[in-house]
Amino acid sequence: MNIIFTSLIVIGIIVAAINGNIEVITQAAVNSAASAVEKIFGLVGIISLWLGIAKIAEKSGLIEALSRMLYPLVKYLFPSIPEGHPAMGSMLMNMSANLLGFGSAATPFGLKAIAEMQQLNDEPDTATEAMCTFLAINTSSVTLVPATIIGLRASAGAKNPTDIISCILFATTCSTATAITADYIFRTYYRIKKRWGR
Amino acid sequence: MFVNAVTHLSMWAVPFIMFIILIHGYIKGVKIFEVFVDGAKEGLMIAVKIIPFIIGIYVAVGIFRESGAIYLFIKLIDPILKVFHIPGEILLVSITRSLSGPAALGMAMEVFDTYGPDSLFGRMAAAVVGSTDTTFYIIAIYFASIGVKKTKYAIPVGLMADFAAFLGAVYIVERLYG
Repeated sequence: MNIIFTSLIVIGIIVAAINGNIEVITQAAVNSAASAVEKIFGLVGIISLWLGIAKIAEKSGLIEALSRMLYPLVKYLFPSIPEGHPAMGSMLMNMSANLLGFGSAATPFGLKAIAEMQQLNDEPDTATEAMCTFLAINTSSVTLVPATIIGLRASAGAKNPTDIISCILFATTCSTATAITADYIFRTYYRIKKRWGR
Repeated sequence: MFVNAVTHLSMWAVPFIMFIILIHGYIKGVKIFEVFVDGAKEGLMIAVKIIPFIIGIYVAVGIFRESGAIYLFIKLIDPILKVFHIPGEILLVSITRSLSGPAALGMAMEVFDTYGPDSLFGRMAAAVVGSTDTTFYIIAIYFASIGVKKTKYAIPVGLMADFAAFLGAVYIVERLYG
């Protein structure tokens, strides 16, 4: 990120200097900073709204109920985690919260899940297969309500801010399917490599 | 027919989830409004935390665009992009998405400003940002929290998923609105 931030600005300044319109830089900087703050207000509202709703779902046990529904689907992805292990529960809570678009409400469950998976790890400095699968699913983020991006579209004046949900659903399905497949292939490859290494 | 179905899905998602959560919470005896306010407060804190990121990226991208550098950049990689029908701005958003969530939001906002949120590019940017997560950040904090140093294949898998999301987003927006 440091490199991107620096090079965007430095290259911009150099290009403007070469083109002889250095005055745009100051203007762009001042205007962008001001309009960024302006745009953020709409976003703040929607993030707060959705996390308020998230809290209700958490307190009422709805996220937990959703976790139980997901269990039969998810257990096949984690053959190395024994049934009833607490890691499974935390992981499902994390996935359920992510599914509803409660990103930051999901993180504490995720951290708890990976800490519990670490107890099953006999090489503590190396990631386990289950951890890799969990993060593959997590970073590809299946979500039904991408609240932040809806907020952003709303504050930019989109006619119908939520009509992007179906496109996101499609794209996120592509990415999660790819994550699960790639994870499976890499896992198999690593196992074969390990066997040949010995 | 297909377009109609997905439009309805989009329209119903938010009201449906809100409805279920509120009714379920009420039945379970949750103090709905107090709990809501509590959660919203957390949301406010998170939103405030990302403001500096957004300002930074907004300024950087603003300078990059206004100076004309972005057109040079796009011209430079255009031949490769043309072959795959990939818009340069969206690729930039996608690359940023894997590195920093707030920064990617800032870039998407920039695209909305330049092309409009309902434009083809605007929708692509939104779909790219909404469909994946910050791969590097998540892998870093999760593994750091338990002291794992050898991350095996977690990063390549995450990046492949991000790329799939990018292709999926561009494809579906092109298909539905193109």
